[in-house]
Amino acid sequence: MMEHVPLNFPFLAAALLVGISFYILIFKRNLIKLIMGIAILASGVNLFLVALGYRAGGNAPIYTDVPEGLMVLPVPQALTLTSIVINVAVLALMLTMVVHIYRHTGDIDAKKSRRLKG
Amino acid sequence: MRQVVGLILLLVLVAFLVWGVLPPIMRDFGYPPSDMDDYIIKNAQEETGSNNVVASVVFDYRGFDTLGEATILFTAVTGVLLLLRTVKRKEESS
Amino acid sequence: MLTKIVRTVANQLILFILIFGLYVIAHGHLTPGGGFQGGAVIVSGVVMLLVAFSSQELKKSLRERHLSIMESSGALIFIGLAFAGIGIVFFYNFLVGTPIFGRIPVTGPNPGDIWTGGVIPLMNLAVGLKVVAGLSAVVLAMALFSSGEDIEE
Repeated sequence: MMEHVPLNFPFLAAALLVGISFYILIFKRNLIKLIMGIAILASGVNLFLVALGYRAGGNAPIYTDVPEGLMVLPVPQALTLTSIVINVAVLALMLTMVVHIYRHTGDIDAKKSRRLKG
Repeated sequence: MRQVVGLILLLVLVAFLVWGVLPPIMRDFGYPPSDMDDYIIKNAQEETGSNNVVASVVFDYRGFDTLGEATILFTAVTGVLLLLRTVKRKEESS
Repeated sequence: MLTKIVRTVANQLILFILIFGLYVIAHGHLTPGGGFQGGAVIVSGVVMLLVAFSSQELKKSLRERHLSIMESSGALIFIGLAFAGIGIVFFYNFLVGTPIFGRIPVTGPNPGDIWTGGVIPLMNLAVGLKVVAGLSAVVLAMALFSSGEDIEE
């Protein structure tokens, strides 16, 4: 009884999230919008990692009162935990730097804050 | 001109991503190869003594990754608190 | 600082959020959860207090010295537990079989027993302490910087 999800839909959703993030990173110039694009990229990658470890018809990998059957793979979920915490840390540092740039130069356009002032 | 180059680049990247995820290249959703995970699911309760297999993977079988993640969290908190200080200039009157 | 109704409700709700976060941290080896998830729940409670009361009010209760001591002790407990089993291998689970947290559960589906797990519940508490202290210091520093003040007295 092999049931196939048509077109591998969860992997396709993760690839489309990464594609939306590429559109934001190429075409937008406001620094806060760029940070939001990086957050969407992180969400797409985490979704891809968790969807790689799914077994058809499986339960959560915890033995407390679990019904009978297969269990989903636990190692991709552990890697996703680490990835989420690292993304939070990097996002906090990026937001701090944007606050500093605004306080020193007065506007948050990615083109104007690129030149090195003497 | 820049808009056209950007649009072509975006279409090429998204097409490559979507082509790499559809069935002939990527395996089917729901049937992963699982040799290491079968061993971990079968032996986690008597080797580590906890019911939660994910917690035993995060803190026992792969504890070194959690050590690296705790270091990154510590470094990021230090960096943020270092950048957000206001330096007050005291005027010295002689 | 918001109105009196919001401040009163926030004062009553922080107790339940704190208890739920400690429940998620303490049962990390039996139910889904653990150190990072429970720490995020408690930090969301601290953010609710930061919104209801202004950041100058909260600076009198959460000082930078206490938060720094909490975070450093969480990291030191984690590394100390990792080095304690160095006789066999780094990160060895040396508490399985001993009377502290050392029972082995019945194989297969079972209702959980809280005294199992070896060194895992202690590591959950250390990581939870570290996440709570670190993230609430970051949130407090950001809120204070935008109103022109500093986080240390």
